[in-house]
Amino acid sequence: MSVTASAAAPVVALVGNPNCGKTALFNALTGSRQKVANYPGVTVEKKVGPLTTPAGRTVRIVDLPGTYSLRARSPDEEVTRDIVLGRTQSDVIPDLIVCVADASNLRLALRLVLELKQVGRPVMLSLNMMDIARKRGIEIDIEKLGRELGLPVVSSVAVRRGGTDALLAEIDRRLAAAQAATGTLWTTPDATALRRAQKEADRILASVVKGQGKPDSLTTRVDAVLLHPVAGLVVLLAILFVMFQAVFAWAEPGMNAIEAIFHFLGDLVARLPLPDLLKSFLKDGLIGGVGSVIVFLPQIVILFFFILLLEDLGYMARAAFLMDRIMGGAGLHGRAFIPLLSSFACAIPGVMATRVIDDRRDRLTTILVAPLMTCSARIPVYTLIIGAFIPDREVWGFVGLQGLVMFGLYTLGIASALAVSFVVKRLIWRGKPGEPFMLELPDYKLPQAKSLAIGLWTRATIFLKRAGTIILSMMILIWVLASFPQPPKGATEPSINYSLAARIGTAIQPLTAPLGFNWQINVALIPGMAAREVAVGSLGTIYAISGGEEATDKIAQALSSQWSLATALAFLAWYVFAPQCASTLAVIRRETGGWRWLWVTFFYMLALAYVAAFLTYRIAIAFGGG
Amino acid sequence: MSSEPTIALGTARVGFRGRIKAIAAGRVAAGMSAPELERRLIELGFVEGADVEILHQGLFGGDPIAVRVAHTTIGLRRREAMAILVSVGAEP
Repeated sequence: MSVTASAAAPVVALVGNPNCGKTALFNALTGSRQKVANYPGVTVEKKVGPLTTPAGRTVRIVDLPGTYSLRARSPDEEVTRDIVLGRTQSDVIPDLIVCVADASNLRLALRLVLELKQVGRPVMLSLNMMDIARKRGIEIDIEKLGRELGLPVVSSVAVRRGGTDALLAEIDRRLAAAQAATGTLWTTPDATALRRAQKEADRILASVVKGQGKPDSLTTRVDAVLLHPVAGLVVLLAILFVMFQAVFAWAEPGMNAIEAIFHFLGDLVARLPLPDLLKSFLKDGLIGGVGSVIVFLPQIVILFFFILLLEDLGYMARAAFLMDRIMGGAGLHGRAFIPLLSSFACAIPGVMATRVIDDRRDRLTTILVAPLMTCSARIPVYTLIIGAFIPDREVWGFVGLQGLVMFGLYTLGIASALAVSFVVKRLIWRGKPGEPFMLELPDYKLPQAKSLAIGLWTRATIFLKRAGTIILSMMILIWVLASFPQPPKGATEPSINYSLAARIGTAIQPLTAPLGFNWQINVALIPGMAAREVAVGSLGTIYAISGGEEATDKIAQALSSQWSLATALAFLAWYVFAPQCASTLAVIRRETGGWRWLWVTFFYMLALAYVAAFLTYRIAIAFGGG
Repeated sequence: MSSEPTIALGTARVGFRGRIKAIAAGRVAAGMSAPELERRLIELGFVEGADVEILHQGLFGGDPIAVRVAHTTIGLRRREAMAILVSVGAEP
C-alpha cells in the first residue's frame, strides 16, 4: 500500500459546479496515482487518489461529479449528494469537504457553498483558476469572503507548480483541528429557500468581488462564430469530419506496429519446441485473438483524444446546444449528442455518458439507440467484407466505391438510431413533453496536457483490461470449440469439420439459412457476442488459415471464393443492427438497473438485424448477386 | 418599477437585454412539474433582479437560446424560457 492510501486515511471530498476545474485540481493533487472505479451499484465513476500533505499526513482525495445543488436529479448528482451527506455504503465518508469554485464564475458556486455549510461537516472553499480571474481584472477580497461565509477560503491555480500550496496547508490545518461532524441541518430546499440562498450569494458576491462587469472577451468572440446558427453547424460538421479522418488515418501507423509485434510474438511461439496443440493454442488462440483486438487501441485513443480535448475546451456543451433542435426532431435530447458521439468509439462509454441526461425517459431512449452507432469494433468486420467483395474502383470519377460503402454503413447506423428514437418517442412515451434542455455554456479554457494525458491513460487501461479479460477468454473458448474433438485418424476433411464449432454452426443453420448464412458464419457469430471484432479472428480460425500479417488478405480470399455477394451483403446488414456485444448489454443492465431494458435492446436489435439481413439477401439475389 | 412592461424571455430576440422580474413556471407545459422547473431555473441563476441578455439562438425556429444571466451563460429552450418574466430595456 505504498501508493494507495489505506482505507483508514482521512477522506477529503472535492465538490463543485460542473466545469469549475475540479478534475484539473484533482489531477494536480494526486497525479497519475488516481484509481478510477465505479461506485457500488451505479456506473458513476469514482475517482480516488492518495495525497501526502506538507505535514506528512496521508489523505484520500475523492473527485465527486459536478453539481449545482445537493438536490440530486441524475445518478451522477445522487452520488455527490450521498457521499457529501455520508449516506453511502462505501467507506468514502468525507472528513473534509473542499468546495471548488471557478474564481471567474463564482455566482452559482457561492449558492452551493451556502448549501454545503448546512451539511454539518467541515467545509472549506478553494477559489480555483485565480490566474484567469486576475487576468480578466476580477479582484476578490478573499479574507472578507471567508468572514462572510464563515469558512476558510484559499485560492488555487491547479495548473501551476506550487499553485495548490495554500490549499494543502489549509487541508492540513482543518484535519488537525479534527472537527467532528455534527448533525446535518440540510433538507431538500424548495424554490423559496433556493431563491433566498441565491440572493444571499449575490449579496456576498457584490461585497467581495470587484471588476466582474465584463464577460470573457475571447469566449464572446469565439462564440460569435461557433454558436452562429449556420457557421456553428458548419464548424461542428467540419470537426466531426476531421475527427473521423483522424481515427482512420492517424491510427494506421500505430495499428501496423501493434500487428507487427503480435506477428513477431506468434512467430516466436511457432519456433518453440512445444507440442503442436499447445503451440496452436498459444499462437492462434492467445496471441492471435488478443492481438486482433488490441490492434484497435490507437483508434480508440485517438477518438478519446478528440472527445476529451473538446470537453476540456468547453466545446461539448456548445455541440449539444447546436444539435438540440436537430436531435429533438428525432425525439432525442440535445445532451444525447455527447453519448452518441462517444458511441462511435464504443457503445459502453456512450451508454455510461448518458448519466448527464437527467430525465429517465430521455436517458433510456439514448441508451436504446447508442449501440446502433457504428462502433470501432465493427470497423474490422466492415473492412474485411468490403475488401473481399466490393471492387476497388471509383464512381463518379472521384469517390472510391469501397469508401462509399463504408460511409453508407455509418449513415445507415445513424439513420436507424434516429428512426428508432423517433418511434420510441411516438409509441412508448407519446404525449409526454420532453425534458427541458438547460446547460451552462462555460467559458473556453485551454486544455491542460497533463489532464488530457491522464484521461487518455485511464481510457486506454480500461480498454486493455477488457481485452485481457473478456476478449481473451472468448478467444480461448472459440479455439477450444474449433479444435475439439480432434479429427479421427485418417480423416480426409479439414479437422474443423469434426469439431464442436461445426456441430453448433450446423445446428442453428435452419434459423440463419433464410439470411444466406453458412455454418461457418453461424460459428463466428457466437464469439462475436463477446466482442464484435472477434468474428474476424473466428472466421480466420474457422477457415483454417494460419495467421500472420497477410492474414486479413487470406481470409478475404477464402471468403470471396466461398460466399456469394448476397451472403456478404446480408452479413454486413446483420452487423449494422445485431446486438453482437455482451459487454454493451451488461452495461445497459447496470445503467438501467434491471434486465428489462437489456432484453428490450437485445430483441429489437435482433429483429432489426434479421429483417435487414433477410431483405438484403433477397434483394441481392433478385439482382443476380446469388 | 411595477409599471415597467414585462415580457417572457422565451419571446425575446437575440440582443435582448433585460432584468428578471419573476419566475412563473406555472405558465409552461414543460416535461416536469412547475415547482421543479422553478427550482432548476433558480439553480442556474435565474432569480429576480438578475440581468439577462440573449446572446445566440439556434438555426431552426431560433431555438434553443443562449442567455447570459449575471456572469454565466446558459443554453435553454424557448419553451422553458417562457417561465422567465423580464422587464424590457433594463440598463446593466
